Amino acid sequence: MPRREDIKSVLVIGSGPIVIGQACEFDYSGTQACRVLREEGVRVILVNSNPATIMTDPDFADATYVEPITWQVIETIIAKEKPDAILPTLGGQTALNAAIDLHKHGILEKYDVELIGASFEAINKGEDRQIFKQLVLDAGADVARSHIAHTVEEAVEFALDLGYPLVVRPSFTMGGLGSGFAYTEAELRRIVGDGLHQSPTTEVLLEESILGWKEYELELMRDTADNTVVVCSIENVDPVGVHTGDSITVAPALTLTDREYQNMRNIGIDIIRAVGVDTGGCNIQFAIDPANGRVIVIEMNPRVSRSSALASKATGFPIAKIAAKLAIGYHLDEIPNDITKVTPASFEPTLDYVVVKVPRFAFEKFPAADTTLTTTMKSVGEAMAIGRNYTQALQKALRSLEKRGSSFHWEPLDASKDELLALASVPTDGRIVTVQQALRAGATAEEAFEATKIDPWFIDQIVLINEVAEAIASSENADTNMFLLAKEHGFSDAQIAALRGFGEKEVREVRHILGVRPVFKTVDTCAGEFPALTPYHYSSYDLETEVEPSDRRKVVILGSGPNRIGQGVEFDYSCVHASFALSDAGFETIMINCNPETVSTDYDTSDRLYFEPLTLEDVLEVIHAESQSGELVGVVVQLGGQTALGLAKGLKAAGVPILGTTPEAIDLAEERGLFSKILDDANLLAPKNGTASDFTGAVTIAEDIGYPVLVRPSYVLGGRGMEIVYDSPSLEDYFSRMDGQGIIDPAHPLLVDRFLDDAIEIDVDALYDGHELYVGGIMEHIEEAGIHSGDSSCTLPPVTLGREVIDRVRIATLSIAEGIGVRGLLNVQFAIGQGILYVLEANPRASRTVPFVAKALGIPLAKAASRIMVGSTIAELRAEGMLPVVDGSIVPMDSPIAVKEAVLPFKRFRTKDGLIVDSLLGPEMRSTGEVMGIDRDFPRAFAKSQEAAYGGLPTSGTVFVSVSDRDKRAIVLPVLRLLELGFDILATAGTAEVLNRNGITARIVRKFSEGASSDEDEPTVVDLINRNEVDIVVNTPSGSSARADGYEIRAAAVAADKPLFTTIAQLGAAVASFEATREGFDVSSLQEYAIARAARL
Amino acid sequence: MISTEPAVLVLEDGKRYAGRAYGARGRTLGEAVFATGMTGYQETLSDPSYAGQIVLQTAPHIGNTGTNDEDLESAKIWVAGYVVRDPSRMVSNFRATRSLDDDLVSGGIVGISGVDTRAITRHLRSLGAMRAGIFSGDDFDLSDSEQLAIVRDAEAMAGRNLSKEVSTPEQYTIDAVGERVGSVAVLDLGVKTSTLRYLAQRGFDVVVLPESVTTEEVVALKPSALFYSNGPGDPEASERHVQLLRDVLSEKIPYFGICFGNQLLGRALGFGTYKLPFGHRGINQPVLDKTTGRVEITSQNHGFAVDAPREGVVDSPAGFGRVEVSHLSLNDNVVEGIRCLDIDAFSVQYHPEAAAGPHDSMYLFDRFRDMVLAIDKGEPQTEIHSIIDGKNQ
Repeated sequence: MPRREDIKSVLVIGSGPIVIGQACEFDYSGTQACRVLREEGVRVILVNSNPATIMTDPDFADATYVEPITWQVIETIIAKEKPDAILPTLGGQTALNAAIDLHKHGILEKYDVELIGASFEAINKGEDRQIFKQLVLDAGADVARSHIAHTVEEAVEFALDLGYPLVVRPSFTMGGLGSGFAYTEAELRRIVGDGLHQSPTTEVLLEESILGWKEYELELMRDTADNTVVVCSIENVDPVGVHTGDSITVAPALTLTDREYQNMRNIGIDIIRAVGVDTGGCNIQFAIDPANGRVIVIEMNPRVSRSSALASKATGFPIAKIAAKLAIGYHLDEIPNDITKVTPASFEPTLDYVVVKVPRFAFEKFPAADTTLTTTMKSVGEAMAIGRNYTQALQKALRSLEKRGSSFHWEPLDASKDELLALASVPTDGRIVTVQQALRAGATAEEAFEATKIDPWFIDQIVLINEVAEAIASSENADTNMFLLAKEHGFSDAQIAALRGFGEKEVREVRHILGVRPVFKTVDTCAGEFPALTPYHYSSYDLETEVEPSDRRKVVILGSGPNRIGQGVEFDYSCVHASFALSDAGFETIMINCNPETVSTDYDTSDRLYFEPLTLEDVLEVIHAESQSGELVGVVVQLGGQTALGLAKGLKAAGVPILGTTPEAIDLAEERGLFSKILDDANLLAPKNGTASDFTGAVTIAEDIGYPVLVRPSYVLGGRGMEIVYDSPSLEDYFSRMDGQGIIDPAHPLLVDRFLDDAIEIDVDALYDGHELYVGGIMEHIEEAGIHSGDSSCTLPPVTLGREVIDRVRIATLSIAEGIGVRGLLNVQFAIGQGILYVLEANPRASRTVPFVAKALGIPLAKAASRIMVGSTIAELRAEGMLPVVDGSIVPMDSPIAVKEAVLPFKRFRTKDGLIVDSLLGPEMRSTGEVMGIDRDFPRAFAKSQEAAYGGLPTSGTVFVSVSDRDKRAIVLPVLRLLELGFDILATAGTAEVLNRNGITARIVRKFSEGASSDEDEPTVVDLINRNEVDIVVNTPSGSSARADGYEIRAAAVAADKPLFTTIAQLGAAVASFEATREGFDVSSLQEYAIARAARL
Repeated sequence: MISTEPAVLVLEDGKRYAGRAYGARGRTLGEAVFATGMTGYQETLSDPSYAGQIVLQTAPHIGNTGTNDEDLESAKIWVAGYVVRDPSRMVSNFRATRSLDDDLVSGGIVGISGVDTRAITRHLRSLGAMRAGIFSGDDFDLSDSEQLAIVRDAEAMAGRNLSKEVSTPEQYTIDAVGERVGSVAVLDLGVKTSTLRYLAQRGFDVVVLPESVTTEEVVALKPSALFYSNGPGDPEASERHVQLLRDVLSEKIPYFGICFGNQLLGRALGFGTYKLPFGHRGINQPVLDKTTGRVEITSQNHGFAVDAPREGVVDSPAGFGRVEVSHLSLNDNVVEGIRCLDIDAFSVQYHPEAAAGPHDSMYLFDRFRDMVLAIDKGEPQTEIHSIIDGKNQ
């Protein structure tokens, strides 16, 4: 059936902010969908609150709403845009839940809009545990024995039947949120209590334990003619018990016979049929008992998922793109295979390579968090690698993580075999390396299997890697055979260097002299059966390369690697935009990246895609191959975050041309002494500061500057290791924690700055071409200085800064750009306190806020920057129309206000005792994503940002206030306003005293540390929060004595999902927005804002 | 541990690929073809259709799950030689009883590992399947030109009849499972165990006949139907089996064929067959059922195909009434199934018994059974045909 003629406009629902379990894979799928629908002539309306995404680029939809994803807001959009259909299957669980809400509130019926991609019935069948269980049994397949519980007591009862351990899974949540294994009744009570809260339907499923079974996934697609294909099989190396998002996974499945695989495939097809997904894809998870092959269906997602993004990248079969086509009526056999162009999409990809995905965690950001991996996903990103065999792919994937210790190593053992095996028996970040060390320490493969239940085949592959390492170390000469053996099994030059006691550079030189270089193979969906027309490559040490010569001028763009806190989708946005802009300018664009979740690793994005680790070795080899096949103009390093920037020096040293700001200029900004000189020359101030490479040095400097001081390692992103230190014991503690992480050494000293209390932070993104400065945007932070800019909410344009300050900021930015010698992007962070403008730091690269500026003001900074890097001037780009005539430093009065708010993952992390980790904001970034609220004034924009980030602020109820002494003065006015708005006020004794003296009636509540009164008539604030009697929590941290109290309050607020304000500035902004929230939101598309902007000029 | 002994794969066009000896040592000759399935190496190796071929697996890791007796598709390994990239060092599967290496060595199958299988695949894809040899052990030491000469002296696949080599020497019977529907005479041209099992499971007593059987012997069995299996070789070189089929069809005995059995039905009806450039060998091959418009993902293994008009109904040049092409490959439009409208006969080029491969097409065995039942009941021709073409389902 060709495409449906009755669908002329489609509303696509995005997935909102990046959170753990729902990351930029949905930007990839949503971008593909928007692209496909527009190609088909469908009018695309998009709603997504996440400004950092590529899909919200106004070029990808006809009407782009960066608005909160709630059914109320979507109803407003539907009423305005009148779409024929809604596509909710490409925006993760967020979009699916929004669709369910729209259905439940009768909105679909009211406006006569159809759900496409999956019907409400199909969504329900897939997501409702009980219905799904029956359906699996009807399909003749098996499920784990289970019970549904709606209360904790019910759960305890059922546990008697199922026995411990058992699995708890809440209904309708994503990324396994709220699920886990309960080994004891106490754990069961806690997990079920949480799970009931997380589940929108207040139900959890209790299941018999299948811990240690093998885990598999299938990605399926089905059309309305009932044609069904399995796109990919994925095998989890970590057995059942670890969320698939946290597991090392491999495609295709490597330890199944055809019988077992076909059995699983049959079950999968029966299920997708029974659920009734008939215009799209689904993901089904299986567990197989390794002892007897019994197959259990774990769950299915009736939508595109993280695994489907992985499967798309792993196979070259673009699931989201095909899903969008199926949704508008096509059948699989009517859609051509993207890569071969001549064969149809109604087939099953076959791989002649192995794909390994490894998760990236951020436990270092949450030192108190329990690092045990469970069925609740905790990783913040992932890297994928492709190799011609498992060892190659695995080792490439591990080094793609760019994390010290994540690769196999052969340093002296630091623990005994038994200790290592014990360690490996608990799944944690880096377990695979522990297994490798245990094997080195003498553990047998059987012992490693017993400890981990990782399939013996995968264990043997690690044994093999250890054997190869031994052969490398003991080889008489570093000869061709030794290199070929090493490379066949994925050893990096760095690993070979370590094994042979040489430098990495020397190893590479010898290897090149011997002519041992990788070839590049193609991901083609068909194992070479048909010619591939899409240059999607990976390296391998094999015979034949498939890189085609080209006569176009080439630019290589380095991506940003796996997502992590501090480096996420924002950088992918910039890389993708550079690719688009350079392609438009006639260059052949070549992308190198290893993150399967991204748009940059969509083979449609750039002219050529290399799915490779972003290490110097791997990048140099791609550059070598491309240089052999045509003229390389240079490499773009300033858009891929610290990952790409960190390679600049090495590339330059190897003779590779770096586009834009030179590595030497990058050093000027990073190296403290050089940067001070630039500031001095420009008469600019930095907070008093110094550098030190050890504790003694740091104390001397801190005492000279005066505490508190802000400390941070150089060359890091996302404020890694950045802390405010109040005294020298804390500084000693800091050093003890940083020790051994290899972050601080004489070459990379610690930066020590005076910490500015009560200053306002300002962020500037600008372009400089050597002649002219073009300001993209000046952003004012809502929280005071000391909160990492990535975690701070900010407003564009600024709402409290005077014209004079803005002028000073502009002039300062220009001086810094000139001083450094920027060619391209520059981000500067300022702080203004008592009228003095301080320069906190300058980064000559794309910042996290580049996409926010683009969405808020319509200025395509990343595109312009990439053009400047290849020689265009700002004047030319202005003349061309790429850049607006007037820059973003002065925004006209009647322009809308955009507010960016960070989204934090505290809910995901627990301490070993099952408590929530502390949710205080600080100088180290911990947010995973962001949202944008845009409206005509600040209160409305802020209200939208809160709605989008946290599901909105309550407009009535009880507010609990407990603030530190320094905040007591500032709290009076906002709390008074809350009282006037009708809120009840609760406060701890000290805060209540201040409020009552100021005429604000505040009820006193006991502190947690005081405990409830003996008759329990007077509960503590934590009790009240747990009992759901508090709607908003205001708690600012004070001195260390009260720290424990504050922690308990914040933890309770996060656990109960209550809005929590830890700074007075946030509270002030919130208070202003309550009234806006009460009125409901108006919506405008970015395209409408652009028209209004044009009219103002 | 994997061997480090050298081996070389030599193609008739002079290309040489150096690798490591795998399986038995020595020399082997055959037609080099590639198979793209990611699972089911044991089924592939024991599929008699691969007789005379040096099979290259595009899937990189082979042997991980070892071998067992249940997954054998015949009593032995039939491939002439085996080309893989990464043979497994160990076995991990609860059903495994031994390793693939054991089977290759005991079966005397000469193989090679550690070669760039993708480069060879691309070469065969561009130039077509060709004669090849694997040389290891003492034969590795022959000179390049000696090895090439040996390869070029080997018999080419075109024009080759291999049925004698793979067929059962003696007739034997497998009893029907469950309620008996009738009996089916299976001409063993290289039949797979799964096919026989599925026929028996459909209620047929399965009488497996050697390829030397005569028309009289078949007719004397009074079977409910005749079945021609898959098998190796050039259908053009099997004129005797074509004639046998014509004779049996003239006796009004219903017919179902798979793979080689499809090519022979095509020839019996008077159509030609031809050699494909590099064949279809994989378990991901999309086939369109022209009647229903449905796509099935099929298991395929054929180097030859039937040359019949793809559209419309035509008269059998051999006088068996009207015929139509029922199935087409969606990849390259090759004929994947034919059906007669005036006699009770149909066949497919792909493998509904799978093994290895998806079970999407298992329904064809049901159709076959339903056809036989309808004929027994004396249903009208139109009813029988709507069973065969799937309109009834």
